[in-house]
Parts: sequence; C-alpha cells; structure tokens
Amino acid sequence: MITPNHVLDAKGLACPMPIVKTKKTMKDLEPGQVLEIQATDKGSTADLQAWAKSTGHEYLGTETEGDTLRHFLRKDGANTVSEGTVIPEITLESFKEKVEANENLTILDVRELDEYEEGHIRGAVHIPLGEVEQRCGELKKDELIYVICHSGRRSELAAQSMAKQGFKQLINVVPGMRDWTGEIV
Amino acid sequence: MSVNPMTAKEVATKVVNKESFFLLDVRNEDAFQDWKVEGENIQYLNVPYFDLLDGVGEILPKLPQDQEVLVVCAKEGSSIMVAEMLSEEGKTVAYLKGGMKAWSEHLEPVKVGDLKDGGELFQFVRIGKGCLSYMVVSNGEAALIDATRMTGVYTDFAQEIGAIITHVFDTHLHADHISGGRKIAEATNATYWLPPKDAQEVTFRYQPLEEGQDVTIGNTTITIQPLYSPGHTIGSTSFIIDESYLLSGDILFIDSIGRPDLAGLAEDWVGDLRETLYTRYKELSDELIVLPAHFMIMEELNDDGSVSEKLGTLFAKNHGLNIEDEAAFREMVTGNLPPQPNAYQEIREMNMGKISPDEEKQREMEIGPNRCAVR
Repeated sequence: MITPNHVLDAKGLACPMPIVKTKKTMKDLEPGQVLEIQATDKGSTADLQAWAKSTGHEYLGTETEGDTLRHFLRKDGANTVSEGTVIPEITLESFKEKVEANENLTILDVRELDEYEEGHIRGAVHIPLGEVEQRCGELKKDELIYVICHSGRRSELAAQSMAKQGFKQLINVVPGMRDWTGEIV
Repeated sequence: MSVNPMTAKEVATKVVNKESFFLLDVRNEDAFQDWKVEGENIQYLNVPYFDLLDGVGEILPKLPQDQEVLVVCAKEGSSIMVAEMLSEEGKTVAYLKGGMKAWSEHLEPVKVGDLKDGGELFQFVRIGKGCLSYMVVSNGEAALIDATRMTGVYTDFAQEIGAIITHVFDTHLHADHISGGRKIAEATNATYWLPPKDAQEVTFRYQPLEEGQDVTIGNTTITIQPLYSPGHTIGSTSFIIDESYLLSGDILFIDSIGRPDLAGLAEDWVGDLRETLYTRYKELSDELIVLPAHFMIMEELNDDGSVSEKLGTLFAKNHGLNIEDEAAFREMVTGNLPPQPNAYQEIREMNMGKISPDEEKQREMEIGPNRCAVR
C-alpha cells in the first residue's frame, strides 16, 4: 500500500478543479512526498496522468473505492538535486545486456517494499528511497553500484544522497523497472 | 471582451457549411488524437488546460488575430476557464457548450427523400460520432431505424410533424453505440424488430426480423423490405424502402465497408461479408440510393449535411467493392482492422439488455469515434 504524506479532497469537483487544486497543494509538499487526490470526476485519471508527465511528478497509480478515485502522485525531486553531483546514467537496454551477460553487478532497488516484492531483478539489494540516507552504509562506498527504481527519478534522488556520503561509483538506470522486460523474481 | 457559448448545433452548421474557424482543444493529447471535432476547414491547436493554469501568454502568438477562437474540452468546465483567460488578453473567444459530450450527442435531422403519396424519409446525422439513423414517415405513421440513445430527439420530431411511431428497427446488434430502439418502442407501444441471429442473447421481447416479411408504414404502401445481409454481424439485415432506398446498416458505407470482427468472428464472417457485397448487393438496382448507418470522414457528407450515394456509383468508386481477388479481400478486411471502438463489449451487452448503466456511464461508454469500417 502507498502511504500518502498529504490527502487532497477533490470529490464532487468537476474538471478543471481537481487539477487546479492538485497543482496548488503540490507546491506545499517536499520533493519525493506523496499526495493522494480523492476525486469523483472520471476524467481526472487521464488528466492527472498527463499533467504529471508534463510537470515531472511521478504518477504512482489510482485505486477505486465505490465512486471515489484515489490518485497517488509523488512530487518531483529534480529541482532540489540540481546543485548536486551529476550521476552518470545507463540506459535500461544496455543495463539489461549487462545483467543478462551474468556480470557480477551490484544493484540497488530503491522502490517501496510492495513494488519490490511484486518483482525485482535477481540479487538486487532493496533499500526504499526514504531509508537510503540512513542505510546506505550497508553497501561499500568504492563499489560500482547500479541504482534502479520505477522510472529513474527516485533512483537519481537516492544516488544524489549516497554521493553526498562519499559513494564514488554510482550509475542511475534510466528508465527503471517500469519498462523492464527481463527476468524478475 | 466576453465569452460566448456556442452550441453543438451551431458548430455542426459551421462544419456542414465548410466554414473556416480556429479550434483550441484543451483536452489532453491522447483524447485529442483519438477523437475531435472534425471539419474540412478547421485549424487546430491542442494544448491541455492544465498546461495553461499559470497563464495563456505562451499560446497567444499561435492564435489567429482576426478570427474567432472556439475552445473545446470534454464537458465545458476547462474550456470556459481557458476562454475567460483568453478573453482577458483581448481575444474574441467562444466555447463549445457542453463540450465533447454535447458534440457526441447532437443529432441533426436532414430530409433525404420524398416517398410515394407524400411520404418522407429523414436521416438523423450524429455528426460528432458518425452515426446515422432514419425515420420513414407516411400518412401519420413513422418507423425508426437504428435510433441512438438520444430518444427524445426522435419522439419530439415525430410529434412535431404529427406522426405516431409504430415500428422501430435495428439493422443489427450495435457495438459502437447504445441503441435507443427498445426504449422508444416501450414508450410509444411500437413494435421493436431485431434480426433473430443477432438477438440470441437478448433479455427482452422483440419481433424477429426476417427476409420476406415486408412491413407497411401508413395506410399507403411504403414497404420496408428486409434483406438478409450478414458480414458485419451474423444477423445484419438491410432494408429497401419504397423500392428506392437501400438502408445498408453497417455493411456498406460511402467510402468503406463494414468490419466483421466486433463480435469476435472476423475469420468466419469475412466470407459472409463478401457474399453480401459482391453477390446479394450486386443483384440490386444500381439506381438505389444507399443510406448507411455510419460515416467515418467528413468528406462523406453531401453539401446539405446528409450522407447518401447511388449504389451504382459505389460499385464504381468504393474500394471495398472493387477487390476482384477473394484472398486479397480477405487480407484487406482481416489484416487491416482499426482499433476497436471504446467499450464495445459493454455496449453490446447493454444493447442485449444484460446491463443497464446510468446515463453518465452510458456517455462514457460511447466516447470516441465509431470505428465500424475497414478501408
């Protein structure tokens, strides 16, 4: 289950109000935090997905409860890390070749537990983004580490935070498990 | 500067008259790509309303200086917001009243012909979705064919011209739109006819429509002759009206032919489709005026907004009627199928009486173009 940091009640509101309110509320959230938007306007699903895409927020999904749609969005973190170190990236495709060539890779999966349990790459270490700052000491600082998440956004945030703590060889996998077609366990 | 509502009827008139205007569609890109207000002389700009919340400054240079801008969204709320923002910037703007929802539901009656002894034939053009339905009127009686779910339009129209609806037909079990046939028949005590081969799973009583069973409208002799013409569905039935008009249902359109896959049986039915088009229709008079149940593109509209063409002309010009080789025909029909209409399974179930969703849900099921043809 996704636990939101904030809940916005947009029930009974017609388009464009659910998005107008979401945009306002999103401003007050910290990067990486999750907003739950409760709406009854059926068009809100497609519009929120498209809006998230155009603004850089991550659309996590929608649950339906009777007539109420519960949308989950994670606030974009890109602006806050712009001053940080540039994390090298690898395309998912090239990364897949490495995984399938049986190279002995260290992979860090920073998605939430339920996402990780639904399917992850064999041998991937799991530390959700929210715990990376405290727990990254579980990994070696001079090792080459591939960081992966759903889309490449959270993994970038995680890598930024690890770079600050002295990790030297971090590579962000872009995009992430969203488009992964290889084996999962 | 003020913001004026423009009704679907007014926009339909502009489209039929091929007027030039500028349309700003503020729905999201997928919705716009899938389905929009079509017209030969419309210039389009698609920018989702949520990209304009901070202001419309960025799109101002892309809008025409001397032309009215029509803003369109799904239900009208967002288009009013954007239209007001544009108006504050000094633009002359209108918005589509009721949005694409109203556009999808608008029906325009057009007279397509005179019948014997003062009888008349009307075509109801659902311009936003490409559905065509018909009313045959004779001596105070009326018959309806392929009615949409906007049933009030037909009953009001009949009342206005002083006719009583006595017979209601569906040429086949529709998969792209919700039929209003049963509802109208119940409200007016008319007989509701369906082809029995399409009606095997329906949950209500109906009159089986079979070839050779002519129906007379009025006390003169306007005959409606059913002609079994499978292909789009197994039960599909065409009608010859007053020996002059061929109502072809979803079998033959002006610029395309029916698709055979919406009940899941493309491979089985493509043979029936060919038999109907290349043998059964071939035996009919070239002089018959074909009146289909759909149109796909605006080019199929005549100058008066109606959709019709002589059968002989279609045999000369319609690509789907001119594929000599059977294997090539099979490949064209089954190898090249467009995406299936939105919610077509649910629509079929609704037309069989198996489910009865509320009006809001019905609207949602019908979103998008009709997609009943292969070209």
